[in-house]
Amino acid sequence: MVDFSLWDIVRNLLLALRWTVGLSLIAFIGGGLVGLLLLMLRLSKLPGAGVFVSAYVQLFQGVPLLVQLFLAYYGLGLFGINTSPWVAAGMGLTFYASAFLTEIWRGCVASIPRGQWEASQSLALNFAEQLRYVILPQAFKIAVAPTVGFLVQVIKGTALASVIGFMELTKVGKTIANATYSPFLVFSCVAVLYFVLCYPVSLYAKSLERKLHAPR
Amino acid sequence: MRIQLDFGAVLAEWPLLLTGIGWTLALTAAAVLVGTALGIACAWVRARGFGAELAPRWLQVVVGGYVELIRNTPFIVQLFFIFFGLPAAGFKLSAETASFIAMVINLGAYATEIIRAGLEATPKGQIEAAVSLALTRLQTFTRVVLPPALQKIWPSLVSQIVIVMLGSSVCGQISTQELSYAADLIQSNNFRSFEAFIVVGVLYLLLSFAVRHLLNWAGATFLFGRR
Repeated sequence: MVDFSLWDIVRNLLLALRWTVGLSLIAFIGGGLVGLLLLMLRLSKLPGAGVFVSAYVQLFQGVPLLVQLFLAYYGLGLFGINTSPWVAAGMGLTFYASAFLTEIWRGCVASIPRGQWEASQSLALNFAEQLRYVILPQAFKIAVAPTVGFLVQVIKGTALASVIGFMELTKVGKTIANATYSPFLVFSCVAVLYFVLCYPVSLYAKSLERKLHAPR
Repeated sequence: MRIQLDFGAVLAEWPLLLTGIGWTLALTAAAVLVGTALGIACAWVRARGFGAELAPRWLQVVVGGYVELIRNTPFIVQLFFIFFGLPAAGFKLSAETASFIAMVINLGAYATEIIRAGLEATPKGQIEAAVSLALTRLQTFTRVVLPPALQKIWPSLVSQIVIVMLGSSVCGQISTQELSYAADLIQSNNFRSFEAFIVVGVLYLLLSFAVRHLLNWAGATFLFGRR
């Protein structure tokens, strides 16, 4: 048994919170980039692209994130890559986030009226120009609220990285709980920290949503 | 370097996989029944035009706090709190009971917000018509408001149920014998960890397809088919 004051517990958890935030940002930004790539692929209407992207989305939405992380962890090792939990968790969460983000954004693009595509086409804009000047600026406005909302899912998803030994908030919480024999207190603190991190983001997403639906 | 995958060694452990599927489905089914009921009750408290005007203030604060707290913390932390934290406060739970409670509480919070949207979409005329037929408030809610509200939000609820089923993979971490725990056992038997998780991943994929289509079909055929 180790003697931990309440401040020791909170201090260590706050230090661990950095890695939760860091991993969330990596997954969110990486997932955003891959998701954007997948969105382009789908909109390009290349033969097979639509099928590929929807299979990708189905795959990552139909398999638990936990199993995806284990696969990334053991799979990378199998291919002879020296896996650190950082690489495995970063990759696993990036793929997971990309599947959800590309699906969210597809919905936003699909909600742009067909006439906008046709009008920009009739102005002799090519595919890239249509996207750049007509479709994406409008879709972006709709996409902001659900994208920010998904950030909460990513932050909560990083908690699963604890199972492959990534020392983030949950893992550190579990370690401290084992050392101090006061799991009730420690896991309460862990939950409060996640809440403090996620709730403002949730509120922000909700206010964005309200602004979007407000009559102009 | 050549990688040799041996799926036979994993599939030879099919009784473990089958037990895992059984536990995953049983936990999900039980959590769906209780969690949806909890969600309906909490949705009534929170919905504008229903409990938001009728329920006592303290109840609204409690339900609102519950929904926001659960929706803004990870499931694994909720599970650990219930399984590791509560025994320290005097409630000792088996791994299976803790998993069940965590899943109910988790689904209940998400279902609340989904069902609330359905309730708030009820046309005012429907409630007025029910009142003019001298139905009591409870009858109005259960016979007039709830069925079309559930029908409207059924696809979202089914998606959330699938998410909860996939989320139950975390329960293996506290040694509930569900599907991902089977993968853990198998890899500790034969060290085929990558293959074990591929097989289990495919099984989850099939389960999520099956559950989604079964519930969508059941909803259309049995729950909302009488019109």
